[in-house]
Amino acid sequence: MSVAVTTPVPTPTTSAPARRPKLRRQRLSARVSSAGLNVAVVALTLAWIVPTLGLLINSFRAGGAFNTSGWWTALAPPFNFTLDSYRAVLGASDLAPSFFNSFMITIPATLIPTAIAAFAAYAFAWMKFWGRNWIFLALVGLLAVPLQLTFIPLLTLAVKLGLNSGNTLPGGLNAGFLAVWIAHTGYGLPFAIYLLANFFRVLPTDLFESAEIDGAGPVTVFFRLVLPLSVPALASLVIFQFLWVWNDLLVALIYVGGTPEVAPLTVTLTNLVGSLGQHREYLTAAAFVSMAVPLIVFFTLQRYFVRGILAGSVKG
Amino acid sequence: MPVLQVDWETLVSVNLPTLLLVIVAVPLALVGYIVGADVLVRRLPKRSQASVRPWVWVGPAILFVGVILVYPMVGTIVRSFFDRHGSTFVGLGNFTRLLTDGGILIVLRNNLLWLLLYPGLVLIFGLLLAVLADRVRYEKSVKTLIFMPMAISFVAMAIIWQFVYYYKDPSEPQTGTLNAILVNVFHGQPITWIQDPRFNNFALILIGVWGGTGFAMVILSAALKGIPGELLEAARVDGANELTVFRRIILPLMMPTIVVVGTTMVIFALKAFDVVYVMTAGNYNTDILARRMYSELYSAGNNANASALAVILLLAVVPVLIFNLRQFRAVESRR
Repeated sequence: MSVAVTTPVPTPTTSAPARRPKLRRQRLSARVSSAGLNVAVVALTLAWIVPTLGLLINSFRAGGAFNTSGWWTALAPPFNFTLDSYRAVLGASDLAPSFFNSFMITIPATLIPTAIAAFAAYAFAWMKFWGRNWIFLALVGLLAVPLQLTFIPLLTLAVKLGLNSGNTLPGGLNAGFLAVWIAHTGYGLPFAIYLLANFFRVLPTDLFESAEIDGAGPVTVFFRLVLPLSVPALASLVIFQFLWVWNDLLVALIYVGGTPEVAPLTVTLTNLVGSLGQHREYLTAAAFVSMAVPLIVFFTLQRYFVRGILAGSVKG
Repeated sequence: MPVLQVDWETLVSVNLPTLLLVIVAVPLALVGYIVGADVLVRRLPKRSQASVRPWVWVGPAILFVGVILVYPMVGTIVRSFFDRHGSTFVGLGNFTRLLTDGGILIVLRNNLLWLLLYPGLVLIFGLLLAVLADRVRYEKSVKTLIFMPMAISFVAMAIIWQFVYYYKDPSEPQTGTLNAILVNVFHGQPITWIQDPRFNNFALILIGVWGGTGFAMVILSAALKGIPGELLEAARVDGANELTVFRRIILPLMMPTIVVVGTTMVIFALKAFDVVYVMTAGNYNTDILARRMYSELYSAGNNANASALAVILLLAVVPVLIFNLRQFRAVESRR
């Protein structure tokens, strides 16, 4: 908290001109508090990245080294870094199929709610219909409702419809995937509609009116005007939903948890935490494999991600 | 390492084509739906077009939200008043049985700890970082690094922190970051952070705080940048020191944002599941409602208890929900 410290530093006021001492005093105190500020910021940032750094270094250490000495000892020579853990994890475990499953779950579970939400948000923002405001209010309310409330009836329904993860649908698709897509679509919609409707609403009205005068129907207006103008909002929503589904553990556990061939990375990783025992070093590499995709998405598209957070900060 | 039978053949020959098909077919189907439906609407008499068309656009969303959220919500609430087979009405029986069970008190206490500490610490760290980072030139890098945990899963976070909290017998060198600092710098005894009931709940909450602070920081930082610079300059010229500027100007102006972030964090705290599930599976007195509900559902197969726990979670969220709605209506009326 050293920023707030601005105690004036006494300075000699001997032969300097009348205004000098005050100026110098300010500069010096500014320098002291700025040093304190920098120390505080750097210390906090370091504290924030050390946990991740420790895991990253451990993931490149040989065999059981992480178990006999701390990760920081690897920073001193001799440097014994190896890719063994990554090779083991990617080669011989069920992590590779889970990696695929994560894509299999995440891509449709991002596309479907985004599209459906865009349709609905367009109607909420630009069409008049009975109960519009009340339905939108209900959606805002649903943002806070715990997902736990939906599990039991939905599981019963899924089994009734043959969507439990043991079943194979026509075309060879495991029914579990379909169940997770549908579930994530429902869970993601309130936030998605909220975010997009708020964005669509502030698009310039004149543009739509002149388009309608020119004879453009709502479909044309939607695809030619609304979507292109809303790329920032759509991008942030897609990133949000992608990360949310990719990182989700609970929904996956509930709907496909018992079926390894459908399990995404989060579920497989969780099982590894419990079962690895002496091979805990693989866990380090496995964690980083699971983080690779979200981190790439995050670092390349951070701008949109932040914008999405700012636009819809009531998501629950 | 437990090697599961990897069925690469199914993976490549069935699932991969399916994925590609889905990537192409799903957008096509959705576009096809809206274009097709609009063609049908145009065939209607002019007068009814305007009243039918909106339902074509909101229809799919209402269907999904109805089936995936509203219908099961009502179902769970109803089910919480029936026995575990769902056949006999037991009134509040499930709730009284749950709430008089000794174990639930610890669960509720832990939820309360999460509810107080998680939003509190996230706000304090988020505000501190937003204000401090605002004054350094490398603000962007700092914010990116603090924000980074937002992108990764709670499972990965839990694994990262296992290596921070790791405990070794005092006779061996400590490999966990925290115990190593404790032993080597402060010459203390290593602590079993995850098992020791004096520390473990705080240790778990800290993981959540580490992950959530970036979120709060980003929003608070945006609010901070919205405060006009002349206002702060004027106060400083009048001789206010930085602490006074913060307390008297920055804090009051940021209060609405702090409240919004705080309520979001309260919801996160109530729904916390992953960290506890991965780190302790609810053992060592660290269980919380959301995880307990999961184990009632899967390990115990007790739908009555699971439903009642879900309803308790809902009741806990209701004040936040009402607050959100009021907030929303207030914003709407200003439009």
